Amino acid sequence: MANIQDTVARLFPEVEIVQGETLELNVPDAKWHSLAAVLKQELGFDNLTALIGMDWGELLGVVYYLTNTATNEIISAKVTTDNRKDPMLHSLTDLYAVAGIYEREVYDFYGIKFINHPDMRRLFLRNDWVGFPFRKDYDANPEINPVRLDHESVEDTSCTYVEGPDGKIEKKNTVIFSPEDFVVNIGPQHPATHGVLRLRTAVEGETIKKIDLYLGYIHRGIEKLCEGLGYPQTLHFTDRLDYLSAMINRHALCLCIEKAMNIEVPRRAQVIRVMMDELMRISSHLLAIGTFCMDLGATTMLFYPLRERETILDILERTCGARMTFNYNCIGGVIVDLDQNFVADVKKLLEIMPKAIKEYNKVFTGNVIAHNRMDGVGVLSKEDAISYNCTGPSGRASGWSCDVRKTHPYGIYSELDFEEVVRTEGDSMARFKARISEIEQSCKILSQLVDRIPEGDCCAKVPKIIKLPAGHWFQQVEACRGAFGVYIESTGTNQPLRMKFNSPGFCLAGAIDHLTRGEKIADLITIGGSLDYVVPDIDR
Amino acid sequence: MQDLSIITHWIDNLLRGTLNFPDWLTVITECVLIGVCLLLAYALLALFYIYFERKVCAAFQCRLGPNRVGPFGLLQAFADMFKILIKELISLNNTDKFLFGLAPFLVIIASMLGFAVLPWGNGLQVIDFNIGIFFLLAVSSIGVLGILLAGWSSNNKFTLIGALRSGAQMVSYELSIGLSVLTMVCFAGTMSVSGIVAQQENCWFIFSGHIPAIIAFLVYIVAGTAETNRGPFDLPEAESELTAGYHTEYSGIHFGFFYLAEYLNLFIIGGVAALLFFGGWMPFHIPGWDAFNGVMDYIPSVLWFLMKAVAVTFVMIWFKWTFPRLRIDQLLAFEWKYLLPINLFNLVLMVLIITFGLHF
Repeated sequence: MANIQDTVARLFPEVEIVQGETLELNVPDAKWHSLAAVLKQELGFDNLTALIGMDWGELLGVVYYLTNTATNEIISAKVTTDNRKDPMLHSLTDLYAVAGIYEREVYDFYGIKFINHPDMRRLFLRNDWVGFPFRKDYDANPEINPVRLDHESVEDTSCTYVEGPDGKIEKKNTVIFSPEDFVVNIGPQHPATHGVLRLRTAVEGETIKKIDLYLGYIHRGIEKLCEGLGYPQTLHFTDRLDYLSAMINRHALCLCIEKAMNIEVPRRAQVIRVMMDELMRISSHLLAIGTFCMDLGATTMLFYPLRERETILDILERTCGARMTFNYNCIGGVIVDLDQNFVADVKKLLEIMPKAIKEYNKVFTGNVIAHNRMDGVGVLSKEDAISYNCTGPSGRASGWSCDVRKTHPYGIYSELDFEEVVRTEGDSMARFKARISEIEQSCKILSQLVDRIPEGDCCAKVPKIIKLPAGHWFQQVEACRGAFGVYIESTGTNQPLRMKFNSPGFCLAGAIDHLTRGEKIADLITIGGSLDYVVPDIDR
Repeated sequence: MQDLSIITHWIDNLLRGTLNFPDWLTVITECVLIGVCLLLAYALLALFYIYFERKVCAAFQCRLGPNRVGPFGLLQAFADMFKILIKELISLNNTDKFLFGLAPFLVIIASMLGFAVLPWGNGLQVIDFNIGIFFLLAVSSIGVLGILLAGWSSNNKFTLIGALRSGAQMVSYELSIGLSVLTMVCFAGTMSVSGIVAQQENCWFIFSGHIPAIIAFLVYIVAGTAETNRGPFDLPEAESELTAGYHTEYSGIHFGFFYLAEYLNLFIIGGVAALLFFGGWMPFHIPGWDAFNGVMDYIPSVLWFLMKAVAVTFVMIWFKWTFPRLRIDQLLAFEWKYLLPINLFNLVLMVLIITFGLHF
């Protein structure tokens, strides 16, 4: 850390360095791009973990979180502009591929234009939306943005803001699809997009030339809603992001709030949380491999994992009373104690899982057609995985050890004995196998804990009104599809100034175009299935 | 073995002799009768297959399958049929109305015509002419025309891709079917369906033709699965890629026709496999075991044929619910790089075996 501080201070004396939760750099926009280049190339911060648009009232800006994937150090940087009329910042798309989709989101919600970003369009909202909804001075009057009953116009052009050598910024139009492209509209209603995701796909015969991603069909504005609610009220939204890792998402938000308030969570609650997380992970991976196989045409293979998933949902239902939106974690612990049969149920599950995994491998993994369909399809190199911020099983299948449970252990994960599943091939088969191995590792964690759930309270004493001190916090956990981050900025009231959910599915969706170029249409389905994004996670 | 041609001859005599019908009226009456019988068989077989496949795949998938409508859900298929009959035919703007309407009929006519030459039982055959197998191959390739037209006339990108895939697939796999049939025709020495059945009186071709016959059977069943557009070769209607492929835009009974034709083509593939490799309607005979052969003869020939056809189609249904789908380039490479050379080699092998009399 000292080394970073020295280097930055030496090269960029105007940068203000603060030691907070992480090392925080306060960077003027003019210097930011060159500083980011130094951070990436010389100091090894090769992963853009989060990019958070902010409105502080007078200033608009962006908070960046960068990770050094070799040492797992995280630093943050804050870049601001006081021009609220036509805010412009410099883009990092040339350094971090994932910035492409992150910056479009910020443009959509805050109206900050990113200079040199190749494709500065709205991401979630319609082209004809008036205003930028996340700004504090946004007018939500329904007369300005009525529910429009006409179709959104399809645009085949985009624009980019290019900075000339004299510093003058020029708007240029760019072409997404030329008139001679054969564009197939895959989605928003399509059996293989697993939700309402729209991929405009230019094909040449069966070969994919380019994919343009359209998001926002089920965007619920959760982050905006959070800004008007008290902290305990924000919790239930997390179950509705990636509903397949509901427990884990909520765990992340609780951890972040507890970190801000310095709440000590009872040991029993910590163990329960980890067990629930791992049950959730197994059930999510089971569904992922099932639907993936179904996408490949092996319908029968969908039902075998679902059979085991049913057991897990039963376990969760007995404790939480729900099979999908569990509403279980709360600030300070968990909301109710475990069901009395929980231990026996989990033991039964641990008994059937090894047999079930053997069966999956027998039915599907060894099949020659499955190998042909998956081997070498959609290869994501380690560098690309880091650059596109593809975490979770997809990132680890490419050789990037990005498991937050190992890199930044939270809860009781540091005491547990499990292996991080890292493969090197980076293709769809590796992503598929990584999920199966992760199920085994989760079973291993469960078997270590099932007999050692300590007695005690399941929730700490917390004040009636939850108020966070002024400041900002960032907490990551390992959700089923990758690193899920929560960023909270507070001014000291009982409502957040900004709450950002940094979801893994969003980054995975951003990598689709890169992965499918030159592949076949059928491979798009394979790649989409193997990345296993969940649309409510992308559209928050 | 009961010769069922007695019945048909009796009807013929009744019309010509007793009722004194002129020739043309006799022919027309007989055609209508046969048409009604075939349509009935067609509908019943389709219903049977719908129920059969749903039950079989449910068993594979740890489910129960239809079990609410009627005992064991037996009436489910009927209910489905009536539902599809009373559904609205949605007419679309910007489609080629004539071709759009024509396509399902082409598909269903192709599979109906295939029924004409199947050896249903001893003496039960609609037309028995000397190029029966050739006729079958010819009419079964009309179906692809219907699929191409359906995909093209729907004016939808998904259907177009589905139709083009289908065209490439059908044209390729027709070759394998043709060559494996040719291998067996060489062995039988005749193209007449009744002739081929008669040749297998003592021993089915799959046993008497041993190695080349078994290879031909394996190639045939793979190519046959591809020909019926069923999994793992269901690319033209790959649900997860192209929603429903070439018949995405069809509704009501027009869609029903495609659906029926798929099941009936399945049956035809099974029936032809029974004909070429398992003796058609011929009971299982072992040369020399007269008592055993006598017992086998007691099972009606129609039942023999249906059982064999259903057994083969069961294997194809099994394929569908086990394997993932191939990709288009893999599909074509599989045909042109593997099946075709194997087939050609097999044909030569068969000819050598016939020439040197190495068969049983």
